Amino acid sequence: MNNIKNKLYMGLIFFIFFIVVIRLFHLQIIKGEVYNKLSEQNRVRTIKIPAPRGIIYDRNGIPLVENIPSFSVSLSPEYTQNIDIKILSKILNVPEEEIANKIKKKSESVYIPIRIKENLTFKEVAMLEARKSEIPGLLIEIEIKRHYVYKEATAHLIGYLGKITEEHIKNNPSFREFPHYFKVGQAGLEYIYDGKLRGIPGEKVVEVDALGRELRLIREIPPQKGEDLYLTMDAFLQEAAYETLKNYDGTFIAIKPDSGEILALVSTPSFDSNLFVERIDPKYWTELINNPKKPLLNKAIQGLYPPGSTFKVITALAGLEEGLITPEQILTICRGGLSIGKWFFACWKKEGHGPVNLRKALAESCDVYFYELGRILGINRISKYAKALGLGSPTGFGFDEKNGLVPDEEWKMKVLKTNWFLGDTFNTAIGQGFLRVTPLQMALVMATIVNGGIKHKPTIIRNMQTNYERLNLNQNNLNIIKDALIAVVNEPSGTAAQARSNLIKFGGKTGTVQVVSKKVKEKFSHKHFEHHAWFIGFAPVDTPEIAFSVIIEHGGSGGAVAAPVAKNILEGYILKKRQLNVEN
Amino acid sequence: MLKIDRRLIENFDWITFITVIVICFIGILTIYSATRPPLDEGERPPFYIKQIIWLTIAIIFLFIFVSFDYTKLKNFWIIFYLFGFFLLIIVLFSGKTAMGAKRWINLGFFSFQPSEIFKIIFVISLSAYLSDKKSPLTIFESIKILIIFALLPFILIFKQPDLGTALMIVFITFIMLIYKGIPTRLLIFFVCLALVSVFFLWEILWEGLKEYQRNRLTAFIDPTVDPKGIGYNIVQSMITVGSGQFFGKGFLSGTQGPLKFLPERQTDFIFPIFAEEWGFLGCLVLLSLYLIFFVRIFKVSTIAKDSFGNLLSIGFTTIFIFYFFINIGMTLGIMPVVGIPLPFMSYGGTTLLANFIGIALIINVRMRRFELFYP
Repeated sequence: MNNIKNKLYMGLIFFIFFIVVIRLFHLQIIKGEVYNKLSEQNRVRTIKIPAPRGIIYDRNGIPLVENIPSFSVSLSPEYTQNIDIKILSKILNVPEEEIANKIKKKSESVYIPIRIKENLTFKEVAMLEARKSEIPGLLIEIEIKRHYVYKEATAHLIGYLGKITEEHIKNNPSFREFPHYFKVGQAGLEYIYDGKLRGIPGEKVVEVDALGRELRLIREIPPQKGEDLYLTMDAFLQEAAYETLKNYDGTFIAIKPDSGEILALVSTPSFDSNLFVERIDPKYWTELINNPKKPLLNKAIQGLYPPGSTFKVITALAGLEEGLITPEQILTICRGGLSIGKWFFACWKKEGHGPVNLRKALAESCDVYFYELGRILGINRISKYAKALGLGSPTGFGFDEKNGLVPDEEWKMKVLKTNWFLGDTFNTAIGQGFLRVTPLQMALVMATIVNGGIKHKPTIIRNMQTNYERLNLNQNNLNIIKDALIAVVNEPSGTAAQARSNLIKFGGKTGTVQVVSKKVKEKFSHKHFEHHAWFIGFAPVDTPEIAFSVIIEHGGSGGAVAAPVAKNILEGYILKKRQLNVEN
Repeated sequence: MLKIDRRLIENFDWITFITVIVICFIGILTIYSATRPPLDEGERPPFYIKQIIWLTIAIIFLFIFVSFDYTKLKNFWIIFYLFGFFLLIIVLFSGKTAMGAKRWINLGFFSFQPSEIFKIIFVISLSAYLSDKKSPLTIFESIKILIIFALLPFILIFKQPDLGTALMIVFITFIMLIYKGIPTRLLIFFVCLALVSVFFLWEILWEGLKEYQRNRLTAFIDPTVDPKGIGYNIVQSMITVGSGQFFGKGFLSGTQGPLKFLPERQTDFIFPIFAEEWGFLGCLVLLSLYLIFFVRIFKVSTIAKDSFGNLLSIGFTTIFIFYFFINIGMTLGIMPVVGIPLPFMSYGGTTLLANFIGIALIINVRMRRFELFYP
């Protein structure tokens, strides 16, 4: 009996060993490689190091964006239990409660240090360093932070950085590999040229223990700095523009007429891009989003407005080019309006302009002259010139721009399903009605008029091969218009006579856009029913170096508001330049 | 006072002794690797030094426990058993709590686990009690034994709670009863009872378990349920073993232990540390040592001169095999996680001492198998 039991017992011993060996074979030989990889994954952590982004310079080499060191203080989670919060609270000026909450909230993840405060001052860093021994697990980290030197002045042009969102990953799948703390361009040039500016992230492979502490550096690949960006923009002009425009809601965009280079682009109200660098304060964000003046919108390229009287430049050019008028020809006698059947088309000047030729019509912005010219031209010829000069289609700037709209008979039939009336032609000829343009498009029209008829594709990057199209325009006709535009500012009867500058002689065309009908406006004197004020211009008059457009939303009349704004900006720029020359 | 017979020295089982010492040294090397500086800070003196000290003490105890005739223990079993019970009761009241369980008694200069001491006392007492009974046992006698030697200690140890040791007590009682000769009807009844309780009473048993015990079972059935939480130990243990592959990562080149991915690495999970560094090959060598040891001590039970010696050696042999299989099985993911150390390898003074007393008694039985008459 005992013999059987003994044999069974021995059998059990061998059976147990058999099972153990089989299992070991399974784990170590069959699945050994898998487990080996898993143990490596445990031990080795790869940390991506963001590359310093490229610097953005203006046309004179002035940095518009810098990378500056930023200090932040964190705590190692493993030491947080026996830490004296009081000292930290005192040095950092953060309430004890807030620090305690941060520690409590983050204690779930054992690895990641708890960020207590960012953007420390040098004094705070020094005080922390001095008392480091009293606070175990204290980490003072240096990061490279983006700093926008000109803040609000360049916000729309340069844009800002932010965290990677699902949408970014959809557009650029390689972003998926980037860790959550990486920041990428979200708007403006930071967004468009993100690939260039970003550089190549580095990599640090470290051995870690189960608590996530870094024990040993295994290998390190340093990051490669992103490419610098050299803009065509002139920081002085940009700054001068913002200094004037910050008191209004509007935009200023300036172009070099002979190359299409953007010299300045300002949109107001603006925002401080630096506030987007760190996690943006939600209060400030909702404020920006809900602001009816749309501070986040780049009005120079995304704002659509009827061009108003600035469009008369195009109507006039069409008339001359088609040979329908001569400059001295008295096309009409303005008596304050024009009656067609039961409709009355008013001139802005109730008492009328009397006999008007082209020069006077442009200088004093006579509506009746352009009604008449519109009638002679017909809508299709007007729209042909408008489109040739770049209206109604994107300029190819590269930003997310609006197309605008140039109406004609076909368009109206297709979209509004009604016939084109003569009244529509009248409205279009003076820049009202269905016409919609962006300030950038109008600045380009101005540039084409003064550069001898070359339509440039606008560019913001220096030394970039640019496209241009030589429009077949008569130089003489262009000079006639240019001469009339000089009169707008520099002759006493010109609509922008009050903007005449002693510092710089410039020309241009005013525009005043009705937002609501005259009746409504007279009934309710609300700010939002005020006219939009336009001014497109060029300077200096002899050899124009700059073509620009200004719009002041609900500002009033072009001559009284927009043209003086343009004058202020130009003078501000000249004064800045002079001051710089004196300093040097 | 001690009369050392030359025949006794000749009969001392050097093979068992040396096998155990070799396993202990492998254990010390592995403890060193698992807790090696500078990665592991704190413990002073280091674990491996303490283990060397304990091993020295254990060897002294071994020689003390082979120096006298084991049959003398038989007369004192009631006193031993009452003392063992006393220890189990006081640990419940004044025990030191570690990780939710009261298993330790602190004597100031050192702490020990009463259940380890009880293990020895239990095997001696049960062997002594059974050796005088007629074989096979009556049903009444069997039930009496089960209550006194299995149920009562089970309750006390389960309360600590130390499920592993508690189950071991019941298991060993059955093995020894079977060896002595349990009525077949009773054995069948208990087997059926065990099966029934698994099917119908598992919910009640489940409720009776502590939270962490339930988690361990859930994790055993499917470690991937929560690999960072309750399944963590099992998953990390299997990674550690598996990553050793055929040749191992090499001594002191393991990463799972020193970098603390594997918990309890110098005690319950010492085997994965060894398996990681020495690979499948090393494991085969280590397992061979254990196999030689088990076969060797088991043989003693077949050649013991009396029923007491037979039961004593079968009892201790079963304890070693039970611990070995539960521990290795747990580290390989084929047994649920039960806090049981690997004999002779895991760090721990009381366990080492108790295990050496166990082998000492087996060697004692073997040495004196030729002495036919009690002196």
